Amino acid sequence: MKQPLKSDLMQAPAGTVAGLSIKTWSRAAVIAGVFLALLLPLAIKDFLVFQLTLALIYAVAILGLNLLTGFNGQFSLGHSAFYGIGAYTAAILMDQADVAYYWTLPAAGAACFIVGFLFGLPALRLEGLYLALATFALAIAMPQLLKSTPLEPWTGGVQGIVILKPDAPFGLPLNSDQWLYYFTILTAALMYAGAVNLARSRTGRAIMAIRDNPIAASAMGVDVALYKSLTFGVSALYTGVAGALGAIAVQFVAPDSFTFNLAIALFVGLVIGGVGSIPGTLLGGLFILFVPNIAEEVSKGLAQAVYGVILIAVIYLMPSGAAGFIRLIVGRIARSWT
Amino acid sequence: MDLFLHQVLAGVATGSIYACLALAIVMIYQTINHLNFAQGEMAMFSTFIAWQLMQWGAPYWLAFAGTAAFSFAAGITIERVLFRPIHNAPVLSHVVVFIALFAILNSLAGFIWDYNVKSFPTPFGSRSLFGDGLMSSHDAGMMGVTLAMLVLVYVFFRHTRIGLAMRAAAANPQSARLSGIRVGWMIALGWGMAAAIGAVAGVMIAPVVFLDPNMMNSILVYGFAGAVVGGLTSPGGAVLGGFAVGVIENLAGTFIPYVGRELKLTIALFIIVVVLTVKPSGLFGRTVVTRV
Amino acid sequence: MRNDQHWMTVALALAIAAVAVSPAVAQKKYDPGANDSEIKIGNIMPYSGPASAYGEIGKTQAAYFRKVNAEGGVNGRKINFISYDDGYSPPKTVEQARKLVESDEVLLIFQSLGTAHNTAIQRYMNAKKVPQLFVATGATKWNDPQHFSWTMGWQPSYQSEARIYAEYLLKNHAQGKIGVLYQNDDYGKDYLKGLKDGLNGKMRVVAEVPYETTDPTVDSQVINVKASGADIIFNVATPKFAAQAIKKIVELGWNPLHLLNNVSNSVGSVLKPAGFDNAKGVLSTAYLKDPTDPTWKDDPAYKKWSAFMDKYYPDGDKTSTFTVYGYLAAQTLVAVLKQSGDNLTRENVMKQAASLKNLELDMLLPGSRINTGPNDFAPIKQMQMERFNGERWELFGPLMSGDVGG
Repeated sequence: MKQPLKSDLMQAPAGTVAGLSIKTWSRAAVIAGVFLALLLPLAIKDFLVFQLTLALIYAVAILGLNLLTGFNGQFSLGHSAFYGIGAYTAAILMDQADVAYYWTLPAAGAACFIVGFLFGLPALRLEGLYLALATFALAIAMPQLLKSTPLEPWTGGVQGIVILKPDAPFGLPLNSDQWLYYFTILTAALMYAGAVNLARSRTGRAIMAIRDNPIAASAMGVDVALYKSLTFGVSALYTGVAGALGAIAVQFVAPDSFTFNLAIALFVGLVIGGVGSIPGTLLGGLFILFVPNIAEEVSKGLAQAVYGVILIAVIYLMPSGAAGFIRLIVGRIARSWT
Repeated sequence: MDLFLHQVLAGVATGSIYACLALAIVMIYQTINHLNFAQGEMAMFSTFIAWQLMQWGAPYWLAFAGTAAFSFAAGITIERVLFRPIHNAPVLSHVVVFIALFAILNSLAGFIWDYNVKSFPTPFGSRSLFGDGLMSSHDAGMMGVTLAMLVLVYVFFRHTRIGLAMRAAAANPQSARLSGIRVGWMIALGWGMAAAIGAVAGVMIAPVVFLDPNMMNSILVYGFAGAVVGGLTSPGGAVLGGFAVGVIENLAGTFIPYVGRELKLTIALFIIVVVLTVKPSGLFGRTVVTRV
Repeated sequence: MRNDQHWMTVALALAIAAVAVSPAVAQKKYDPGANDSEIKIGNIMPYSGPASAYGEIGKTQAAYFRKVNAEGGVNGRKINFISYDDGYSPPKTVEQARKLVESDEVLLIFQSLGTAHNTAIQRYMNAKKVPQLFVATGATKWNDPQHFSWTMGWQPSYQSEARIYAEYLLKNHAQGKIGVLYQNDDYGKDYLKGLKDGLNGKMRVVAEVPYETTDPTVDSQVINVKASGADIIFNVATPKFAAQAIKKIVELGWNPLHLLNNVSNSVGSVLKPAGFDNAKGVLSTAYLKDPTDPTWKDDPAYKKWSAFMDKYYPDGDKTSTFTVYGYLAAQTLVAVLKQSGDNLTRENVMKQAASLKNLELDMLLPGSRINTGPNDFAPIKQMQMERFNGERWELFGPLMSGDVGG
């Protein structure tokens, strides 16, 4: 299940356009994007703010999956389970222990790290498809576990848990949707910075080396077992924090919210955005939130079929995901400029 | 003891459902080295076509044969049209196309035939064998069909030239091409056969679980589980795995106190993961060793 | 100024004054979603995903509103029915509800489906003061005007139905042993609770066997219920599984008293696949007329419904009770909107919904009436027991009301 990923997917292509290097252009694009993101909620309807918040949350969840699959080559179809664990952690803490919402995020992250790490240990022995099945099993098992009677006093069973969205602190003139949006941006920024840092660090290189050639990596002294399990843990941590944010945004958790369909959606977001690309996850998040709605507009009765057709079209057009495609286009423009 | 026997036999009966599908899954795996997530939906769609043929008046065996032939052709077409153009794309992109195929088939079936449950006839009747409902004649028939398909698949791979060519194409496409094998068409053939086997599986399964577009969703999970625990490289192992999953699930549900009933699937999957941890390529699979 | 101009000025001034001062008798009041020409109604249904069979309900309602519009609308206003898919996933339900309220600006949300899904949006709807009207689930918790005055159920609650069975059992089979096969979710557990509450310990429940919707068959569970020694089975399963259970029971050579829950008693969708002979003797309750039941063949209400289906929803499944359900719910909404007249504020619509008196809808069972009040948010309470004789359902006994509040 190894793929010929270019580990330089992180770097901007070389070349210049209109006198400025591409690197400068991409920096400018990022800054413009950040400005837009910060100003947007003040200009648009609350509902759209809510949707964008969700898209960003999914992007962080996909980032978690990316760390595992894109960077470490371990195939996971089970990230809905970690998202769910994060969400329930936040909900239970807020509902039963009156914990403030911002503390639930590190708690969710920690809980998921532990679960992810523990899951990663035995999963070490499994490769490719077999690992996929094991994670698949986890995703399927999660709703069952959440519904089960022994856990009902905490999870609320099939009825789920209702929680309240926080209001803006310090009396800021923002409504709760807008405040949550900014809070999510802040959290996401931290998570993304962490991911970029990780990718550029020695640890990151070790992780990617394991993906590209585990035997060579271990021959070079990389402790493959440790890194693989750690990556599982970190990946779960990211998705778990996203889950916690998701629970707060939707204000409700129930076992039906975390089925295998979510795992598929995250996976689709990963591939569409670009496996191994950190900025691609943003596109992935936007895709899985908005495209199903678009498909529904096209045809109520065949919404899923339309969605499937769109997926196929996107893959045909961009076999390596959006990030790879954008690089390609930018590279072409640069080349035609010189 | 009576209950135990009952549950084991019931487990064998449901297990034959999983085994049927597991065979199709292994077939595809042998050909392209991935799992086809849309296998269940293809089987479901084929079963609907069989149902429609019978609604239009075709007798059972004609509909059965027609559906198997149609599915074979459809499988080949899907491979050539949908997957050939992206054969150079990374594996994960292929998986997304499987997912897309799943969504399209499910939605289309619901649109054409709606979501109400339909009954589907069985050629084996529903008499009760061994008295007291321990096993129905259809269950026995289904097992027979599964085993027959298994034998055919085995014979095909081991004792025919095309079967050999297919195995070669999957194991080492480069060398196979050099030996004159048309690898592309071998893959398409594999798809066609998997689709046909899936169609037979669907037609066997529908009388028990009733026909509706979501019929195969959960069965697919169990089918995968069975295929993987038996070993994806071993058709016989996959079939055995399917039976095993059925029996384990029923026994867990009945005899593990308190949580057994609610966590049947979890327990079955847990057992599978344990098996895989101990024997990573499945109980009967070949361990593939790659030279570095 | 000339005399006639002077008079005209005075007349004009008087007219203006009259209009300005006139009482609000003919005044129209609107909330977002309503105006002189249309009323926007929001709806969320699972058109995709594991529960897509229920999407039939939404499609029937869309067709019914098309009929109403073709016949002039409600008080001259057309109904704009906006229905979204939530794929049976609560976070999506939340998203679609917010879209309907904040983006599409509907007057109310009607018949949103699914217990967890309605729970997910309940607080939001009540906080925003938008009616969450006639939710499409039988969970008992929707009849709670004290805490959630903007949320109202519609169909008889599962617990009240289960209590009716309990009453029947206590009267006719008090020595029996009950085994329950139930779907392991809110729907199944609600029925189970209702039964146990209704029995109040006076009869033994010897088996409670759950199944998941991810189980391919319930054969194993049925075997377990039989093995418990039960001679009565309470079948709380959705259509597909209920049919499997009916078949399996006969295959096992077992002959218990079989109580079938109302959600799965459709002749066309459940009993036919299960086999009419297998279903002989099964008991259930009904509150609406099953379109496949030959009893109603010549009934004018059935004919009217059938004509509606043929004209406005020809692709619809006339053998499924879901279409009758959707038809009746839509009729209930139209009655409420009619009763609201020109005062189409959300508050008034809710008030009118809570003031339905003896509303008769002809596809409900004969004698059944819809009644609501400020403390009674359960529009349909009456059900009647029925027995399947191998061909059709035979209603017996009186119209009963298993009144249970949330």
